[in-house]
Amino acid sequence: MAAILIVSNLVKKYGDLVAVKGISFDIQEDEIFSLLGPNGAGKTTTISVLSTLYAPTSGDATIDGHSVSKEPMAVRNLIGVVPQELALYDDLSARENLMFWGRMYGLAGRALRVRVAEVLEQIGLADRAKERVKAYSGGMKRRVNIGVGLLHKPKLLFMDEPTVGIDPQSRRAILDSVKDLNKQGMTVLYTTHYMEEAQELSDRVGIIDHGELIALGTQAELTRQVGETDTLVLHIDESQDGEALAASARQIDSVLRVDATDHTVTVIAPEAEEVMAPVIIKANELGVKIRSVDIREPNLEAVFLHLTGRALRD
Amino acid sequence: MLKIILIGLKDVRLAIRDRAALIMMLLAPFLLTLGLGAVTGRFSGGSTMGISHIAVILINQDGKQLGNALVELFQSQDLDELIDATVSEDATAAYRQVDDNQAVAAILVPTGLTESIIPPSSQAEPGSPVQIELYDNPTTPTSVGVVKTILDAFVSQVEAQRVGNQVILTQLVASGLIQAQDVGRAGQELGPSNPAAGSPSIALDNVTSGGKQVSFDVLALLSPGMALMFLMYTVSNGGRTLLAERDQGTLPRLLVSPTTAVEVLGGKMVGIYLTGTLQMLVLIGGTSMLFGIHWGDSDAVQALVLAAVFAAVGWGMLITAIARTPSQVSMVGTAVMLTFGILGGTFVNLDAMPTWFRYISKITPNAWGLQGFTTLALGGGLHDIVTPILALLAMGLILFAIAVLLFNRRGLVER
Repeated sequence: MAAILIVSNLVKKYGDLVAVKGISFDIQEDEIFSLLGPNGAGKTTTISVLSTLYAPTSGDATIDGHSVSKEPMAVRNLIGVVPQELALYDDLSARENLMFWGRMYGLAGRALRVRVAEVLEQIGLADRAKERVKAYSGGMKRRVNIGVGLLHKPKLLFMDEPTVGIDPQSRRAILDSVKDLNKQGMTVLYTTHYMEEAQELSDRVGIIDHGELIALGTQAELTRQVGETDTLVLHIDESQDGEALAASARQIDSVLRVDATDHTVTVIAPEAEEVMAPVIIKANELGVKIRSVDIREPNLEAVFLHLTGRALRD
Repeated sequence: MLKIILIGLKDVRLAIRDRAALIMMLLAPFLLTLGLGAVTGRFSGGSTMGISHIAVILINQDGKQLGNALVELFQSQDLDELIDATVSEDATAAYRQVDDNQAVAAILVPTGLTESIIPPSSQAEPGSPVQIELYDNPTTPTSVGVVKTILDAFVSQVEAQRVGNQVILTQLVASGLIQAQDVGRAGQELGPSNPAAGSPSIALDNVTSGGKQVSFDVLALLSPGMALMFLMYTVSNGGRTLLAERDQGTLPRLLVSPTTAVEVLGGKMVGIYLTGTLQMLVLIGGTSMLFGIHWGDSDAVQALVLAAVFAAVGWGMLITAIARTPSQVSMVGTAVMLTFGILGGTFVNLDAMPTWFRYISKITPNAWGLQGFTTLALGGGLHDIVTPILALLAMGLILFAIAVLLFNRRGLVER
């Protein structure tokens, strides 16, 4: 497989704020690549630069050999973009929206009508195509939003957190459609802050935090970074001090690492069950009330925690 | 170019589907025109508002048939409400009165006017051509337009009659019915049949080529005033959609499609322009049908509409380029709409306002547009509204240039 996207030392600054700090990665053809990171990590800025909306401050990226900074029009013909926020005309119907956006991508006449009909079928809205978008549910609008990005059959599809704020059923449908598109040969760059989505969809994952790409690889490669360890997550009472419990837990044999954030204490150890009892005893000694306990097997969340000391949702 | 039109048509469709905007664009000006028309007594036949009692001074140095006919025309019962005509012997004093804003215009009827058209019985040929001089006050263009229109109509009528008489005399000589030396006498004999040459008054129903009366309908001032004021709403609302599209994500989406920023901005401008033009044409057509308003020569009206909308869109784009958010555009747009409505003469007769007010009014498309529409409603043609049209086009070009400069500096998607 050849790389369809190559990102080289990409930097994007907004005034003094450095939103993207020299990231480099590539995406192979027919791959689903997820950019995983918390809100404000730089995912949307990265997609904005790669989709030519903003020029990079330094560095560059090429899509199918075309530079995003030097050949933006060539790049735009190759990519489809599904933005995080709904970008549709509410007073137009789904069909009218698709017709308009299709024309913006150079489609016309019979080819446009046929393609719009195909996309309406694909997103399951053929029977409600004439209704105005403002009458749709959030999930239906999301589907139209995705449909617009597919109209011109792009080689590379950018999907920026397409499942934010929708019901589980619509979310499931969107994840399935991403997999279908990939099976049809479309390369996808998918950003999310949901670890489960990145795990389910991705061939490879890049973990981004504070504008830096802190890890990159397949899920197996990434989880190996944290070793064969478990994560014990203790949710403590809001009025109590997690730092004291964390300091005490660090003294327990076989505990590899302890972090305290807000009202959560995270303990990393080879076997979570082995350290759970001593940690609870320490909590009792300190008078820290534990509200719940989770044991997590190695996953991308654990990787993020391992690398940053914070949970993804923080 | 195709994408510019596609984006523009999409915006027109969205504007038509926006009920609140439609109310402001069409219903509000209709209702306000209707209301003001009722208040001014237009529907009960006793209109008192608008342009009236235009002070005109006539200096009749001719003192013969045509000079007297012109004085009688301006002092006729038909123009009683519209024109306050006085006769003066002293041209210098009359001009001074115009300079001092005591009169809108002075008309100098030169010696020999009648003889330049109707040869004395002792001559075969008319005298050398003379010119009627209109000395006007440039700060009262609408009233001057009224005077000029009446004067033009008079001159056209006389000229038409003169050419007609010449043809008759030539035919008479050619057919041998009269001798060349009798042409002067025959011309004199033809004179009395000429309404411009000797009738006690020149009937107003003859002064325009279409045979329509030169009368002033107060709604012909109110309707364009309202239409132009609410045109400012339409253009600022159109500008607002540019920033709204930025916030709702459709503008960034357009800019990551194979569409250039120039096409996007051009498309938005075309959309606003088409919406504004459509609004004006609907209002003109609607008021013509509902209120029986005579807007004037349709080609000239269309040309003026196109120029007025162009200038108004320039203002809309400038407001949009300066504002940071859609709500700022709405607020500033509403303020500009009302301010321009007042400055531009929608609610007041500009000719009755102080000089400085009339000068400031020139920054508004409303004032120029209203001047043009009033001239057309009074029977003027395209040649009479060249100045307003050029002023509106120049205004639009300058405002567009500034707006594009500002957008270029800031970027379309930046706040």
